[in-house]
Amino acid sequence: MINKDLVIIGGGPAGLCAAKMAAEAGQSCLLIDRNRTLGGQLIKQTHMFFGSEKQFAKTRGIDIANKLVEDVRKHPDLIEIWDDATVVGLYQDKVITVLKNELYIKVQSKAVIISTGASEKVLAFENNDLPGIYGAGAVQTLMNVYGVKPGSRIVMVGSGNIGLIVSYQLMQAGVRVLSIIEASPKIGGYKVHASKIRRLGIDIVTSCTIKKAIGTEAVEKIVTVKLDEKWNEVPGSEKEYEVDAVCIAVGLTPLTNLQSMIGSEMKYISELGGLVPVIYPNHETSIENIFSCGDASGIEEASSAIVEGYITGLLASKKLGNVHPRYDELMDEYNTQLNNLRNGPFGDKILNGLKKQGA
Amino acid sequence: MLAKEGVATLEQVQSRFPNHEILARPKAIIECYENIPCNPCSTSCPFEAITIGEDINNKPEVNFDKCTGCGVCVYNCPGLAIMVCEVSGDKLRFKISYEFLPYPVEGEIWNAINRKGEVIGDALIEKITLTKRQDRTALVQVLVDQDYLYDFVTIRRKI
Repeated sequence: MINKDLVIIGGGPAGLCAAKMAAEAGQSCLLIDRNRTLGGQLIKQTHMFFGSEKQFAKTRGIDIANKLVEDVRKHPDLIEIWDDATVVGLYQDKVITVLKNELYIKVQSKAVIISTGASEKVLAFENNDLPGIYGAGAVQTLMNVYGVKPGSRIVMVGSGNIGLIVSYQLMQAGVRVLSIIEASPKIGGYKVHASKIRRLGIDIVTSCTIKKAIGTEAVEKIVTVKLDEKWNEVPGSEKEYEVDAVCIAVGLTPLTNLQSMIGSEMKYISELGGLVPVIYPNHETSIENIFSCGDASGIEEASSAIVEGYITGLLASKKLGNVHPRYDELMDEYNTQLNNLRNGPFGDKILNGLKKQGA
Repeated sequence: MLAKEGVATLEQVQSRFPNHEILARPKAIIECYENIPCNPCSTSCPFEAITIGEDINNKPEVNFDKCTGCGVCVYNCPGLAIMVCEVSGDKLRFKISYEFLPYPVEGEIWNAINRKGEVIGDALIEKITLTKRQDRTALVQVLVDQDYLYDFVTIRRKI
């Protein structure tokens, strides 16, 4: 058994920022990530980010990842990093089990920050398991991490920011996006992203969903159908597209297996993407010293995950007896930034969700 | 239109433009119609011509007296929602952001494209800049016909 005071599970924006703040407070920690490259989803984001410069606005996601990883690597004495290591269990005595290099390792912790991020929602339709039907994350991984085109003719399902941004990136990679379809009557993402797509000549079809995929070895065709105000299919409105790929971008749901496993109190809050842990004022779950931040406690933008990570890092290290020398000032600053990010019309949904989530 | 199709209405587009006399000098046209948490246009402007304020969800306001049309905000806008426009004789000169390969070359004639993605005419490529601080977003200066003031938005290679 290995003993560690603070273990941070997940090295995306939230986890990296939590580790940085802990180290600055003099708190040692172990940062575990299941991927070979730290940075979470940021390493696939080639577009410039929104927000203010405090959260690296106008910087491309991939460069934000590098910056956050660099910050963490400045503290080799305090932050131990295990990459390519998967946490497979989290138990009530705060023992964490990790699969690393085909070894099963047990770590006894005093406090844990769960920053495991999110997983993609799936869509039920006929033949949705045909090869060539991807989630948006897979498309970005293939295209932006490995330089592999996921197809040559693609239909995007979902017009949230991810659907719009990935469509733009597909066009940049030379993949033809035939159409973006959206089940709701309005475009989900920022209109600036939608306009960027429209001027490339890609139609965005609202009140429309995918009915089925057709193909033997892989997807060859899809059939879409329009939806009425009650979300029922409009008979006779079917349309066929010849495609070799379909990208599903219908939202994210928090990855909360570890919070559930340890038995923290959970709630279903649709505004936050599904099942989330109840969060106490100091960012703990219902179990003392088990913290949760970033998408793992509610779906938001990476900018919010960064700031939540900083806050949770400050709180967790304080709880363990290491108070950051600028604790009060930084807490004020980060809380102001979070409020600012959530202040606009797009933040209303999040704020409603957070109200329900708080204990 | 914008909410359903991603295309701004003519009224929306016109509301972002100053009058013709002001456009005798190059000016930034910001097509940011929504309150989103974002402020790099304002913080990147070397002339303090763009105001967002404390609440980064506010929409940007351009002070056309201060704006020199330098184009710094064009490549700093994460939404690629800004262009610079100038009336030049019977032509219009635009500076737009462009992120597709291959890049246009000075002197080429490309298609001029409207907000729906349709070809509306020709665009003469006058200049392309891509410095390190532009971070891989090219700034392309084009000359188009004066009729396209509220229509032109981007370029596409002719095929």
